[in-house]
Amino acid sequence: MLAFLNIDWQTLADAVALGSIYALMAVGIGLVFGVLRLVNFAYGQLVMAGAFALAMASEWGWPVWASIALCFAVVLVLSLLMDRLVFRPLRGHSPAVMLVATFAVAFLMQSVALLWFGPLGKIATSLAYLNRPWTISTVDIRKITIVSVVVAVLCLLLLHLLLERTEIGLHMRASSMDFETARMLGVRANRVIAVAVLLSGALAAVVAVMLTVQNPLVTPDFALRDTIVVLAGVVVGGMNRPVPATLGGFSIGFASGLLGGALPTNQSQYLDSFIFAAVIIVLLVRPNGLFTTAKTVERV
Amino acid sequence: MQLERRPGESLRASAISRSFDGVQALHGVDLEVRRGEVVGLIGPNGAGKSTLVNVLSGFDHPDSGTVTLGDQEITRWTPHRRGRHGLARTFQHTRGFRSLSVRENVEVSALGVGAGPRVAAARATDLLQRLGLSRYADAPASALAHGDERRLGVARALAMEPRFVLLDEPAAGLPEAEVPAFAELVRSVRDDHGAGVLLIDHNMALIMEISDRIHVLDRGRTLAQGAPAEIRGNLDVAAAYLGETAVAEE
Repeated sequence: MLAFLNIDWQTLADAVALGSIYALMAVGIGLVFGVLRLVNFAYGQLVMAGAFALAMASEWGWPVWASIALCFAVVLVLSLLMDRLVFRPLRGHSPAVMLVATFAVAFLMQSVALLWFGPLGKIATSLAYLNRPWTISTVDIRKITIVSVVVAVLCLLLLHLLLERTEIGLHMRASSMDFETARMLGVRANRVIAVAVLLSGALAAVVAVMLTVQNPLVTPDFALRDTIVVLAGVVVGGMNRPVPATLGGFSIGFASGLLGGALPTNQSQYLDSFIFAAVIIVLLVRPNGLFTTAKTVERV
Repeated sequence: MQLERRPGESLRASAISRSFDGVQALHGVDLEVRRGEVVGLIGPNGAGKSTLVNVLSGFDHPDSGTVTLGDQEITRWTPHRRGRHGLARTFQHTRGFRSLSVRENVEVSALGVGAGPRVAAARATDLLQRLGLSRYADAPASALAHGDERRLGVARALAMEPRFVLLDEPAAGLPEAEVPAFAELVRSVRDDHGAGVLLIDHNMALIMEISDRIHVLDRGRTLAQGAPAEIRGNLDVAAAYLGETAVAEE
């Protein structure tokens, strides 16, 4: 398959899986942006914290379910703390102030991880068995590849149902379009923001589980590169609407996975250069985003 | 959710002054809307009507003067805090949730004030029917014509079952044939729900027909106030509308 590009089925499947994980990160970032107009640069550090929770649970010999529960607990608590201690006091300030605050939170969390776990990090092994292959027809595909795609589709489906079929979902959609008017009509801002932050955190925990299977070595800069790539993907897709942003996240993950497989090993360090060159070209040609139009203005 | 009717309660603006870059938009204006009455607010363009509505609803703050809701001073309250205490408004320029359906736009308001999903759905159905928007219920709000968007704004405000509602030119763009039904809706907000209504509109027939009292502003000052019959016979009001005040002063 695509032999001239050195791409086989396994590479293609891995690219789809990475695209799925990045799509979840894009949705997680987009949920908070939708209600707070805040690009949370510290999103990757939430993933990193969840990954360290998994690594510590592995070290303590906890069963898989308990490891995953700890990962979710750590990420959700940190998400709420981030909202209470940083986002809420700064609500109403300029986007630049809030963005700088998330930079500060990101580097603070990274520094704390460095102090606690050291630069060499920890290894999360609880779910390592998901790296074993399933043989489909004559093609070997790692279990985590299929699990990532299925979990991402399920998460996106559940999120869609929550946004479209529930009261809080309706309030979140309204708030994302005009927060002040929604508040004037009785929508509870703190409730809507807390739910968005928690959902975003839950997706970060899911991403932490998936990424630690693919890359069990958890270091303080875990998921940092992924977050930057996803943010670029969200912008490429179109910040203004959730579906384009999700597609942007998927596309950049897919392209990254595909290119990573196609590049010869001795040129793999140029992967990010190719990806971000493509981002610049896309933005020059389609400044409003690859999957959106100039008319679209709402989020969530 | 049927609100208790408390005729004594009022929304009151006292000695409100507001200027923008040296231009005095409001000058010591007093206005009161009691629950269970419709007050018409009229005046030529630039009279200060929208500024007064913005001050009452919290979208602007006065340089001096106070706003009270019942026995609470709310001059510095945010719009959403006023909303939670039963004050709703519509806008001349639509602030709709354009990607939501027309029905969802109304349900957001009902749910926001604590109605359950079924009550919210029933309230939306009723209001959309009464405002002639039923046929667009499942369409996105962005598909509505300008006049219909204004009516949607009215439906959204009324879905909150407010104690007081400020309607800023709600009948603009309304087909003449639908004005009587709209008048009936405003009356029912007053009579059935006991709400106080402040109505700004350029449709004098509508204002005269449904207002219990009319307040006339001209160049930021109260020119006259009273029953529709009194206002109709007031020569100063006629002069203001014909521009004769300006002529006389020159």
